[in-house]
Amino acid sequence: MKKRVHLVFTLILCFTLAAGVAFASSSEKSAEKPAEEQFITIHWAQWAPADYLQKLSEGFTKETGIKVVVEQTPWETFVQKYNTEMIARSDAWDIIVGDSQDIGNMAVNGHYVELTDWIKEKGVDKTFTPASLMNFAEYPKGGKRYYAVPCEGDALAWAYRKDLFEDPKNKAAFKKKYGYDLGIPKSWTQLKDIAQFFHNPDNGFYGIAIYGDNGYDSLAMFAEQVIWSFGGELGDYSTYKVEGLLNSKGSIQGIEYYHELFKFTPPGFGDAFYVKSNDAFTAGIVPMACNYLAFFPALANEATNPYAKNTGYFACPPQKGADGKTRQFAALGGQGASVVTYSKKKDLAMKWLDWFIKKDTQMEWARLGGYTCHAEVLNSQEFLNATPYNPTFKVSMEIFKDWWACPEYDVLLRTFSQYIAEYVVGGKGTAQAALDRCAKEWTAIFEKAGYY
Amino acid sequence: MGKNVDENPGVALEKHYRGVRDKTLMRVFILPTLILLIAINVFPLIWSLFLSFTDYSAKMANVWGKNPAWVSSQNFADVLTNPEMWEKFITTAKYVIMTVAGEMILGFGLALLLQLDFKGRGLITTLLVLPMTMSPVIVGLMWKLFYDPNWGMFNFLLGLGRVDWIQDPARNLYSIVIADIWMWTPFVMLLSLAGLGAVPKYLYEAAEIDRASWWFKFTRITLPMVSPILMLALIFRIIEAFKIFDLPMGITGRGAMAPPLLAMHLYNVSFVTWKTSYGSAIGYIMLIMVLAITLVLVKYLNRAKQ
Repeated sequence: MKKRVHLVFTLILCFTLAAGVAFASSSEKSAEKPAEEQFITIHWAQWAPADYLQKLSEGFTKETGIKVVVEQTPWETFVQKYNTEMIARSDAWDIIVGDSQDIGNMAVNGHYVELTDWIKEKGVDKTFTPASLMNFAEYPKGGKRYYAVPCEGDALAWAYRKDLFEDPKNKAAFKKKYGYDLGIPKSWTQLKDIAQFFHNPDNGFYGIAIYGDNGYDSLAMFAEQVIWSFGGELGDYSTYKVEGLLNSKGSIQGIEYYHELFKFTPPGFGDAFYVKSNDAFTAGIVPMACNYLAFFPALANEATNPYAKNTGYFACPPQKGADGKTRQFAALGGQGASVVTYSKKKDLAMKWLDWFIKKDTQMEWARLGGYTCHAEVLNSQEFLNATPYNPTFKVSMEIFKDWWACPEYDVLLRTFSQYIAEYVVGGKGTAQAALDRCAKEWTAIFEKAGYY
Repeated sequence: MGKNVDENPGVALEKHYRGVRDKTLMRVFILPTLILLIAINVFPLIWSLFLSFTDYSAKMANVWGKNPAWVSSQNFADVLTNPEMWEKFITTAKYVIMTVAGEMILGFGLALLLQLDFKGRGLITTLLVLPMTMSPVIVGLMWKLFYDPNWGMFNFLLGLGRVDWIQDPARNLYSIVIADIWMWTPFVMLLSLAGLGAVPKYLYEAAEIDRASWWFKFTRITLPMVSPILMLALIFRIIEAFKIFDLPMGITGRGAMAPPLLAMHLYNVSFVTWKTSYGSAIGYIMLIMVLAITLVLVKYLNRAKQ
């Protein structure tokens, strides 16, 4: 009897403790936000476009009374953070503006709400550019099933110093050395010539600023665009065949080119991502820099770039491959906005999407600095004249191509980054050996995943 | 009188619930902590041990028999037969030997110097302790700036030109070793100071009467008396150095050019490529290695105490 009393007493105490904790946390929550207040939380990476989205969403709040909180995570841990939250089936966010290559993982594992019917009903498939819809929203590619709305279109492009490119002395010396005029490069070969021409490490001036960081996707994004431009492929996205494509002649030439070009970067560029690339440009130690277009506002701003007035922009150049064909590609960046399956406010999130796809909203999005994928806005004169780099964005949106979007994309990315960085940055081995090794490993990954 | 006490309802209740106040109440208060500990420590440990015998990715949907799928000791075999993993074991061993040796020699040496009587000894001791009070991530980022080949002070002070200490695989292991030694030498120094302070003075006085040399006093009195605490410092530093993560993450990042250290690799495997089961196997192998090293050192520690 005594034992039973003790047991009951113990259980009551535990229950009281648990109830106390629960009550305290719920009263804390209710103290923070009044019950009637409606709000949604959007998760995105920590960068300027997320600030623009926060500002843009003020219009939504004005219209509907629903508050919007854009929660930002540093790029270094952005993808990892939202993946972890989705594994835990968290309702921390109602919308995720996630990376394009992650769409397959999110769709297959049911983390994103399927928007196919909504996309068709609202005519998003007609108002947004087909390429953006395919890359940011569709999985599998060509399957006509959608899980996102293109939010921030982005691609790799170039900024260059007009004062240096137009300097008569430079022009004359360049023409004498290379036999053609110094200007915006018309091919990747010319781009390397320009980098070589300006490279003068003894004077602390270097030929080019490009990505070298291989912790996430930066090195891979630069590598893929040279692979495609030189006639190579990452593989066949429909059959998952890799051998003979990833290690084809064009791919090898592309990676060899990257290795050669990397020699003209400033010292310590093995970990260079967007910050380092922009920093080298604004410090005045390189004549041209490659970066995602979303990072160009800092280069056009005189407060952050002393050379802003003399900064010009161009899209990734074309290149004639070994087969004689000319190709032009830019690596896709950017993200689509998706509704989280585990959100308890899916209705509010859908209301936000309804508002976001409107033409007026997209025009305002572009005015604030966001890269719209709305076809009409993208082609409008207002958009093209809004910033000095918007025309480059428009060209880039016509030539972009993306990485693998299957759920295994991160393992493919890690393998590729490791092997290619060892050659491009570390100078270890050859492009052929790196790509052969990668193709072998990718084949094993796809085989294990059951694609063959 | 006795009857009156028995009839007192307060005393009767006290008697009745005496068990509650003693053992049961103790259990009741311990229970929530115990449940919490089991939930956040013991369960993940057992769960990850189970996962290490399966093929499982936390990123993919859970389907019993497929994800996770039982693969027996395949993950352990894969880890131990992979030449790249052995490169990581060797690099980590190199790192542990270099950092711990450097910290033990410098830390003990500094402690010996601080035993001397000189002006400002307290201030110097306080300043020397500062590095270990900082966050390792901040220390890593600070050293990254210090090592920067373009504007970092490290090359400038040594007159080395634009040497890349961060991304050059031939050098970046040493750059992390230097930062680690800078940060953790004060820890060994502090422990050594405590040990040196506990050596009885009369032993030195007796040795001096016998005209013993400095070396004799050092090897026959100082070292044997301080060795238990030095052994303790050695154990702590080996465990810490073996699982180093924050410093390399701050200095070199986790890319292909970073030194192949075990904890960094474990992070990449488990949280970048989401090979959860393979990562669990690496984690368990690391745990066994650290336990084995610690057990050997604890044995020596007990011997030193005797």
